[in-house]
Amino acid sequence: MSLAHEFNALLAIAYRDLLKFLRDRSRMVGTLVFPAVFILILGGAFGAAAQSGYQFEFQTFIFFGVFAQNMWQSSATGIISLIEDRENDFSQAIFVAPLSRYTILGGKILGESLVALTQGIVIFVFGLVIGVRMAPSQALALIPVAIAICLYGGAFGLILMANMNSQRGAQQVFPFLLLPQFFLGGVFTPVDKFNPVLAFLSRISPLRYAVDLMRGGYYGSVEGSAGAVLASQPFNLAVMAVSGVVFVMIGTAVFVRKERTR
Amino acid sequence: MQAAPIIKVDGLVKRYQKAERNAVDGVSFDVAPGEFFSLLGPNGAGKTTTISILTTTLAPTGGRVTIDGHDLATDAAGVRRSAGITFQTPSLDRNLSAEENVRLHAILYGLYPWRPTYRTMPAAYRQRLGELAEVVGLGADIFKPVRTYSGGMRRKLEVVRSLIHQPRVLFLDEPSTGLDPASRRDLWNYLLEMRRTADTTLFLTTHYLAEAEDADRICVLSRGRIIALGTPAAVTTSLLDRYVLLGATDARALRNELSGKNIAWQEHAGGSPYVRVAANESDVHALLKAIDTPLTMVRTVLPTLEDAYLALVERDELDLGATSGPAGIVLGAPAAPNGDGVAVAKTRAQPVAAGQ
Ligand SMILES: Nc1ncnc2c1ncn2[C@@H]1O[C@H](COP(=O)(O)OP(=O)(O)O)[C@@H](O)[C@H]1O
Ligand SMILES: [Mg+2]
Repeated sequence: MSLAHEFNALLAIAYRDLLKFLRDRSRMVGTLVFPAVFILILGGAFGAAAQSGYQFEFQTFIFFGVFAQNMWQSSATGIISLIEDRENDFSQAIFVAPLSRYTILGGKILGESLVALTQGIVIFVFGLVIGVRMAPSQALALIPVAIAICLYGGAFGLILMANMNSQRGAQQVFPFLLLPQFFLGGVFTPVDKFNPVLAFLSRISPLRYAVDLMRGGYYGSVEGSAGAVLASQPFNLAVMAVSGVVFVMIGTAVFVRKERTR
Repeated sequence: MQAAPIIKVDGLVKRYQKAERNAVDGVSFDVAPGEFFSLLGPNGAGKTTTISILTTTLAPTGGRVTIDGHDLATDAAGVRRSAGITFQTPSLDRNLSAEENVRLHAILYGLYPWRPTYRTMPAAYRQRLGELAEVVGLGADIFKPVRTYSGGMRRKLEVVRSLIHQPRVLFLDEPSTGLDPASRRDLWNYLLEMRRTADTTLFLTTHYLAEAEDADRICVLSRGRIIALGTPAAVTTSLLDRYVLLGATDARALRNELSGKNIAWQEHAGGSPYVRVAANESDVHALLKAIDTPLTMVRTVLPTLEDAYLALVERDELDLGATSGPAGIVLGAPAAPNGDGVAVAKTRAQPVAAGQ
């Protein structure tokens, strides 16, 4: 088992996910429907209600919130599809291969991140169409940010997935873990005026850091964002890196143990 | 001299979580390199459980397994390199083409570097794929989505895929289930040919006894235990005797004569006028000469593996209530292709067929 072998396998597993996505037209169309609804309809409503007291432009604020949330969630839900693979016995064929389990799950995270990034491009173009303006340098700065957000979503998906027993169970539990984060993570509305309990819940919501990293990437700095950005890029990135590694380590260990201990 | 076993299973036990009994309950056997070994047993006997453990996808509760010198507990990666498997349930990615499925598999086994398209893959891969497509009879269809394939094609593709890394042992879990007879024969021609050329060890589970007839040895599982192990012929004859079915117009006189001459006989079945007398080929002539009562019916009956299998399983099922403790498995001759060793659990009741 050489490093080159593991690396090639990682790419092959990741590429399979991307191919599957690109061939699935209904999923491609679905890519745009939800973010569009969020940004145009919900965004308008939330924005009107929350506008008072903030200096930044609300549609832009919400656009980047949804942009980050969408990639993060897409990557996370993509990982959950491993459960489906397992139920269809396809993953059996991958798991009997002489590979490190980290390679297999890492490949899966990379693959779902590529899918999420592809969806991100679509949403980005949509943003330009509805009037979000940015300099080319700002757009370039968003690329590494988007990659980090996708990988982080995958890591979060892995630890969730490892603790789920069935696709149905996952579909039932996932919304409860996800929807509150839309609010707590500040996708549509600022989170800086929360009471202590909500503020605490917000701080333990992984999505908060992904969304804030995205806005930080766009606005450039906390100071220059007129209150739209909560924390510095290094801080958000550090939180994501540390918790992401923990998610992957625990997720892989739990998944592998459960996979074999039936 | 006999080669060291390529598969060694010793006291294998598996109890699923929350299960009331062991799905595999103290199973031990060896398989020789190049042997064609077949695991038989009714649904739920523990065949898939055993194969899953042997191929590292399921953790055992107890026991030791070594495959091609790799200990399952300490060197799962080694076991994975040595084994190929065709799962009981379909395991192809239906969204990909056959070629993409094979390519993914080949890269996962470290045979080639990853490339995004067929054209950019190394020439060695493309040549190998061409050969495989030829063998499977897919031709250019190998580039079509698996979704469009028939069940027989998919099965064959799975087998081809599991062989691409040239495993020392190929595990096949009910490979013919759901195939029509023509596809089944086709698949088996390929498997037996492959076995002849590559000397791969075949570990098969099946419902089709005709497939097991070709095996060097069969192992019959029932409720997680081995109830018979040996060559198909040895298992058959050790369980069921050949017998001669006799009938006479004067049924009573025939029975009296047989008893009077100390020839053991049995009623054929409830209400049947016929009697059974155990006899091997060599005894048949002597038996007929010894009988004076005019016979109206003579038929020699050779039990098939299927008869033996059904008798075994039925007998084991009858045993359900009995507390038999650990199965009293007597291992006969060690793993030897074409050997005559047979082992049958001795704690069970006597065979239902005619005894001598
Ligand atoms: N995942 C599982 N959890 C609990 N029990 C199981 C599981 N898989 C199989 N079993 C049980 O284990 C026994 C053996 O099953 P299996 O190995 O699939 O049999 P076979 O392949 O011979 O038909 C059966 O009683 C079955 O119900
Ligand atoms: Mg089975």
